[in-house]
Amino acid sequence: MSNELDLNSLSDEELVEQMHDDLYDGLKDEIEEGVRILLQRGWQPYDVLTKSLVAGMKIVGEDFRDGILFVPEVLMSANAMKAGMSILRPLLAETGAPKIGKMVIGTVKGDIHDIGKNLVTMMMEGAGFEVIDIGINNPVENYLAAIEEHQPDIVGMSALLTTTMPYMKVVIDTMKEKGIRNDYIVLVGGAPLNEAFAESIGADAYCRDAAVAVETAKAFMARRQGSALAQRVA
Amino acid sequence: MGELSTSFPEPPRTLVIACGALAREFLFLKERNGWDHMTITCLPAKLHNRPQLIPEAVREKIREMRAGYDRVLCLYGDCGTGGLLDQVLAEEGAERIAGAHCYEFFLGSPEFEALNDEDPATFYLTDYLVRHFETLIIKGLGLDRFPQLLETYFGNYNRVVFLSQIPDWMLLEKAEEAARRLGLPLVVRETGLGGIETFLATA
Repeated sequence: MSNELDLNSLSDEELVEQMHDDLYDGLKDEIEEGVRILLQRGWQPYDVLTKSLVAGMKIVGEDFRDGILFVPEVLMSANAMKAGMSILRPLLAETGAPKIGKMVIGTVKGDIHDIGKNLVTMMMEGAGFEVIDIGINNPVENYLAAIEEHQPDIVGMSALLTTTMPYMKVVIDTMKEKGIRNDYIVLVGGAPLNEAFAESIGADAYCRDAAVAVETAKAFMARRQGSALAQRVA
Repeated sequence: MGELSTSFPEPPRTLVIACGALAREFLFLKERNGWDHMTITCLPAKLHNRPQLIPEAVREKIREMRAGYDRVLCLYGDCGTGGLLDQVLAEEGAERIAGAHCYEFFLGSPEFEALNDEDPATFYLTDYLVRHFETLIIKGLGLDRFPQLLETYFGNYNRVVFLSQIPDWMLLEKAEEAARRLGLPLVVRETGLGGIETFLATA
């Protein structure tokens, strides 16, 4: 426990603030305890998620972007959030928390790196997306099967290697051949990628980090819902 | 009839811009081949932790040092820059050794491809990475402070392949220790320095 602090003795507001600090410090046990306390006090799982975990990770993400925090610290925070999420996930499903959209995400064929992808998955879940993570080293067939089975709004692809990132184009080209490319928002990310590459392979957007992925996905979903609404009105 | 010249033409004065991880290897080759016309300048190897910074750092170094040289060669792979390094080199008129990263130009492209296809879940070490394993891998990834992140970083890997440039039993022992710390089996492949040597000799 952080400095032997009794989390039960804190008010809701103090506890949420303390959880932001504990998330920042990557304290998994304290986050689990904080989540349980808030639930015991009658908080809705969705409120626990957004007000304590997501708001806390937002601070972590901003300090990472600004060069105050580095990858190991962010991973410790992410692991703490993951622990909190694993308590909340089944409750969120039971309570019918709002869903913004659905995403299928995976690392492409030949690539076994998943740290960035896992961060995106968690932050997307935190933002209210349903995420189907198909793991690492995925050939195009895996993406197509997941798309068919889950009918997502968004397809996300990740690659860490210069040698594996061209495979994203294989997936997009296959989607085009099958006439389904425009049915989905395609987001790509990974250390060696950039906007020019994303554009050259026909993706909808390049996401520099997990926070950008969430904002980009939300913006595309808003646009998509806007155009669906416009079609209904017309 | 004109007088025959008995002297050879001067080789072009060459500036080699390299990743710090290749400095020792370059100096070894320079001495072995008597490449007095070549001068090396290095950028810190830790730039690999933020590959997006490499292209502009290379550009800055070229502009800072190119006066006084006939040509500039670059000892970097693409190194995760997604083609941006090649764009900078083309704009600055410099030539790079072929390959996505040093593993590829140490081993040669076909051999690297075969090794990687055999198991993409391979973590590569070179002489430099073995020598600086503690600083670059353990401390660089924060494993000294957060040993619990080992699984997060290395959980998907199946093996360590040590690409050995200059055989040295002390490095071999260190590579064995490194693989043990990562909890992975070790495979050793001797690569020599032929890839770099050929590039510098023929570019």
